[in-house]
Amino acid sequence: MPSSPDEPAPDSGPDLPDLLRRSGRGDEAAFARLYDATAARAYGMALRVVRDPAQAEEVAQEAFLEIWRTASRYDADRGSALSWLLTITHRKAVDRVRSAEASSRRDTSYHQNDHAVEHDTTAEAVQTSLEAHRVRGALATLTDVQREAVGLAYFGGYTHTEVATMLDVPLGTAKTRIRDGLIRLRDTLGVES
Amino acid sequence: MNDVHALVGAYAVDALDDIERAAFERHLAGCEDCRAEVASLQETAGLLAETTAVEPPAALRDRVLAGITTVRPLPPITPEPTISVGRKTRSRRFRVATLVAAAAVVAAVGAGGTAWHPWSDDSSQTVSDASAVLGAPDAQSTSLDFDGGASATVTHSDSVGKAVIVTHKMPPPPAGMVYQLWLQQPVSGMVSAGVMPIAADQTVVLTGDAATAKAAGITIEPKGGSDHPTSEPIALFDFGQSA
Repeated sequence: MPSSPDEPAPDSGPDLPDLLRRSGRGDEAAFARLYDATAARAYGMALRVVRDPAQAEEVAQEAFLEIWRTASRYDADRGSALSWLLTITHRKAVDRVRSAEASSRRDTSYHQNDHAVEHDTTAEAVQTSLEAHRVRGALATLTDVQREAVGLAYFGGYTHTEVATMLDVPLGTAKTRIRDGLIRLRDTLGVES
Repeated sequence: MNDVHALVGAYAVDALDDIERAAFERHLAGCEDCRAEVASLQETAGLLAETTAVEPPAALRDRVLAGITTVRPLPPITPEPTISVGRKTRSRRFRVATLVAAAAVVAAVGAGGTAWHPWSDDSSQTVSDASAVLGAPDAQSTSLDFDGGASATVTHSDSVGKAVIVTHKMPPPPAGMVYQLWLQQPVSGMVSAGVMPIAADQTVVLTGDAATAKAAGITIEPKGGSDHPTSEPIALFDFGQSA
């Protein structure tokens, strides 16, 4: 699998891998630049998963502290810096909703259209980037069921088992939809890793 | 394409539960195809965040930048650590960061050292149950080594229906905390299998039916134990993988 990890993301100015490397050496100014370049994506995604702005801030804060602490552990061979950082953030967001669920059983009356991958454009939303347009275009190429499964998993924070139950499909079908959906997105977007 | 490979997509978007994740990460350690696919799908999933970007409050930036001044960046890993597995010699890379961090906490706390009581409070019943499991013809073991030289081995036997954990050089848990054992049951999820006595080297029989369980785990819980795990496991022993 070819990898070109040190290339900056297509739409980005700052060299994120370099900022991460500097952060790993304790360079707080570099970390501040890394934060400024990525915080909207990390916070917005956390907000989408946990829904509550106060909790989204906590998740993002925890994630950035972990990113600072573990910056030297970033392995460019395994993917882009942005992906690494968002993976950490997503994991924290999912941990948050699942532990909240474990302490108080989740309300099972789930409303699908509330969670489907719809793209809210609130007043606060960052100006729509070219990249966001591209991703939305790619999402539109998925089948409805793929889009729904990917959305429930990524933005809903649900396990594939839960997704299967929500969509009333066999377990194997949910994980296949998630995977097929991601593969189609990947290929449509020309993602290399 | 077998069952484990098919979890690649769900793994890339954090849609696996803890046990599935541990099992899948063990698989990943030995499957280059899956590693490559995971990387490309995580890259793809990250792009979804482009569609939900929201500028966070300025106060968050202040808190983050104030926060990092009190956190020491970790050194790079050279070479990348793996949790070595005893008898099965299977390389484990599941949740390395979390596991290593947890083990480091345990190890650091243990550095002070306290008296321990090898074997002393084993009841004879426990010993005979343990012997039955350890001597069973269908006994299967999974071992984990922790930083600092500690290790734990879980052996389970479907015919006996019990699982046994044998620890070696386990540091004591943090003050006011205990190690709690869990069995992952197919329907009810993580069910408490008892609280471990505080001892470095001991053999403990897990409460509950190990024949139906998919895995065993250890978490650090407040003294007295918890009804449900309240923290990430410091160790997971997947029964499906120990054959």
